[in-house]
Amino acid sequence: MEIYVALKIIWAVLLGVLLTGLAVMVGMDMGVGTLLRFVGKNDAERRTALNIIGPHWDGNQVWFILGGGAIFAAFPTLYATSFSVFYVVMILLLFSMIMRPVAFEYRSKVDAKSWRATWDWAFLISGAVPMIIYGAAFGNVLEGVGFHYGWTGQYYQGESFLSYLLNPFAVMCGVMSLSLSIYQGGTFLMLRGVEPIYSRARLFASCGGLLAAVIFAVGGLWVSHLNGYVFTGAVNPGMQATPLGGPAVAVQAGAWLNNYNNHPILWLAPVLGFVGMLAGTLALRLHLKVLAWWLGAVAWAGTISTVGFAMFPFLMPSSTNPSQSLTVWNATGSAYNLGWMLFFAAVFVPIILSYTSWAFYVMRGKVKTETIVNDPHSY
Amino acid sequence: MPLIDPTVVDLSRLQFALTALYHFLFVPLTLGMTMILAAMETTYVITGKQVYKDMTQFWGKLFGINFAIGVATGLTMEFEFGTNWSMFSHFVGDVFGTPLAIEGLMAFFMESTFIGLMFFGWDRLSKPAHLAITYLVALASNLSALWILIANGFMQDPKGASFNPDTMRMQFNSFVQLVFSPDAQAKFVHTSIAGFVTGAMFVMGVSAYYLLTNRHKEFAARSIRMAAVFGLISTLAVVTLGDALGRLDDLLQPTKIAAIEGLWHTTTSPAAPWLVAALPDDKTQSNVFEIGVPYVLTPLITHTFDKSIPGLIDLEGAAGPKILNGIKAIDALQQYSTTHDAASLATFKQYEDDMGYGFLAQQNAPNQDLNAITPAEMPAVVQQTELDTVPNVFVTFWAFRIMMFLGFYFIALFAFMAYFSLKNQLENNRFLLKLCMISIPAPILACEFGWITAEAGRQPWSVYGWLPTFQAASSHNVGYMVFSLIGFALLYSLFIAAELYLMFKYARLGPQSHDHAAPVAGTGALPMFAKPGFAAKSWE
Repeated sequence: MEIYVALKIIWAVLLGVLLTGLAVMVGMDMGVGTLLRFVGKNDAERRTALNIIGPHWDGNQVWFILGGGAIFAAFPTLYATSFSVFYVVMILLLFSMIMRPVAFEYRSKVDAKSWRATWDWAFLISGAVPMIIYGAAFGNVLEGVGFHYGWTGQYYQGESFLSYLLNPFAVMCGVMSLSLSIYQGGTFLMLRGVEPIYSRARLFASCGGLLAAVIFAVGGLWVSHLNGYVFTGAVNPGMQATPLGGPAVAVQAGAWLNNYNNHPILWLAPVLGFVGMLAGTLALRLHLKVLAWWLGAVAWAGTISTVGFAMFPFLMPSSTNPSQSLTVWNATGSAYNLGWMLFFAAVFVPIILSYTSWAFYVMRGKVKTETIVNDPHSY
Repeated sequence: MPLIDPTVVDLSRLQFALTALYHFLFVPLTLGMTMILAAMETTYVITGKQVYKDMTQFWGKLFGINFAIGVATGLTMEFEFGTNWSMFSHFVGDVFGTPLAIEGLMAFFMESTFIGLMFFGWDRLSKPAHLAITYLVALASNLSALWILIANGFMQDPKGASFNPDTMRMQFNSFVQLVFSPDAQAKFVHTSIAGFVTGAMFVMGVSAYYLLTNRHKEFAARSIRMAAVFGLISTLAVVTLGDALGRLDDLLQPTKIAAIEGLWHTTTSPAAPWLVAALPDDKTQSNVFEIGVPYVLTPLITHTFDKSIPGLIDLEGAAGPKILNGIKAIDALQQYSTTHDAASLATFKQYEDDMGYGFLAQQNAPNQDLNAITPAEMPAVVQQTELDTVPNVFVTFWAFRIMMFLGFYFIALFAFMAYFSLKNQLENNRFLLKLCMISIPAPILACEFGWITAEAGRQPWSVYGWLPTFQAASSHNVGYMVFSLIGFALLYSLFIAAELYLMFKYARLGPQSHDHAAPVAGTGALPMFAKPGFAAKSWE
């Protein structure tokens, strides 16, 4: 059983790593998509901005696909429940996401102004909407979600989708996520872009970094008064993974700070988040682009671990039936499955990281407007 | 445990079927084109002839237009297991999710990262390095087919997992059995190579258009020769693997094979006819008319002359005892879920193998409650459920036949084209060239009907023998489903319109290069959509 507990914790950590990787890499592309209409005032400038992430967006997007696949395999009940319980929001996310690959490939293949303008709007939607939903999902999960299970494990909805969409706290988290993605995207545009894209991107990225820091602070205060979830029954971390018949769970205001009060070292996570956002913005002002990019990744890592530490071991608490809340202990796959997945992750993640870095290295350097406009292979 | 609203189940099935079939309009061409691009670029690197680089880049451009929508619509597929098939995801996620995650790690990252370099890296990489990238893309796209079909193979023939009554789901217990499931392996090869056929037909058809319009003749002739030979070999392989799959279905999914063959009654003699055409009627459980060739069916399916093949009506009858056992299993399982007592667990274990049939019977039980069936009602419930154990015969029968007839047509077409191409007599055969052009969508159609055969033939199960489709859906309300269906219909219609527009535009435009002058003026030489300035621009 001890091995099973270790595997559950490892996969909870890997879930955090995955959500961070997704946020950094996909968020960067989404930020560029969101900013496209603003950093590029004419077609040539917009094409330049697009081609800056052109060789990389597809690879980056796989973080998102892998996120879905890994949650499916490692946290089957979480996948089954969260994707269904947020149905309308998930479908909106999907609709906006699927415009993006098509927009990249099709936008510049026709000369007509209206055609390109339409796809530029598609970039804005497919950049901003997924990031807002991504952040809002964290917000909703922090607040607890309405669902319960029948005896076979079939989930049942307990709340209308409107409460997920029109939810001030969640929307605020969504705006923070969008801000960070604008920061990340803007920073990458500075890395590969030349004037006038460079200066415009720098302005937006700086605003994104600062806004994210402000929301992070406000959100922290808000969460300290928010209802959190705590076990009141006996917890067996090595339990068989099922949300049925678990220990009792109580809802208490401010309970999301319990982990921090018990283990003050965890405060490092929010500190790291603030350092990433503020030092990152400072680095941008000093034109330290590479440093600023990595500090953006630190900001994401800090933010996501802040949420993770607050909730652990809860993954998605149920507001309508708290004892059926999904946790790291009851929502994972079997030990056998987690073991095999860990093996594949250990083998392939280093390989993926090396060829991804190599791809960025091959495509290094400034992207110039003249080359883009004359190159028939460019977007 | 109330059942999901049947309207929601039907709409969920409709949405999944439509989005999967739509996604699969683009996948086979991706699978095939990556291989063909690798072959063309290899020729370029070995011979150093510019025309092969032009070929790689031109077909790569068309490939990219197709690939974008394949990627976009693939996202939908991964979401939909969770958004619409919550019970399925819960029930098999522990074993079904794993190949999907591995697909991401092993295949998608490689394909997507290197495809960026394949398109953008021509000037930044050496010839061999770029060639290696192209090969990695081809390898990765086919690896992704492998893992998704391993997942699909589990739905067809659940191997490598057992049911855990404590977690109420299938628990992964054998990686080797999951990965080496015969159904998954045969289907992987069958599907991948069907993609090669699709790619070959695409290259051949577009090139035929250039020969017919007297443009890019050298380019087109070389493209056709590669495509025809590649296509012929591939189609022969597809048919061989299709036969292997049929043999497997005979062993693993007898209801599917009987539905494919429109076989209502068990065969008693080797003279049983193989039906070329028939009108199966699912209501009366018979064929309204049929035309068959005797002495073909038995050797085709069983690879022997003496084994019998069970018919649907006999298979339904044979399901009766399983249904009775299944009802006992589910009753015991429900009991166990609250009491966790040894007695009900023992009862469940006794009937465990048939539990899926208990799930299946629930829709026929009074008030959808298996506990409430009185002994007097039991025979009627069992009889009704027996009828539910077989797929829709009309759909399965014809989907299979359309796929198969198309397959044999492809063999003939590729063979003729390969022959005339090697004899350098292509241009005289305008009829054959026109046939190639209009046949471009035919392999895609065959792939779609192949999927319909495999998935419609699997019904009523989402996981064969374990979880009926109507139990697998998410408990949404109808409004949610209408919202998502309308959204998909709108977006996907726009996508396909844009896709076809660009495909036609760039196919008409044709390849351009330093070595080849701008398109030869003449009838239809200048593409309808192309602006003259654009047509004259070099590709490099």
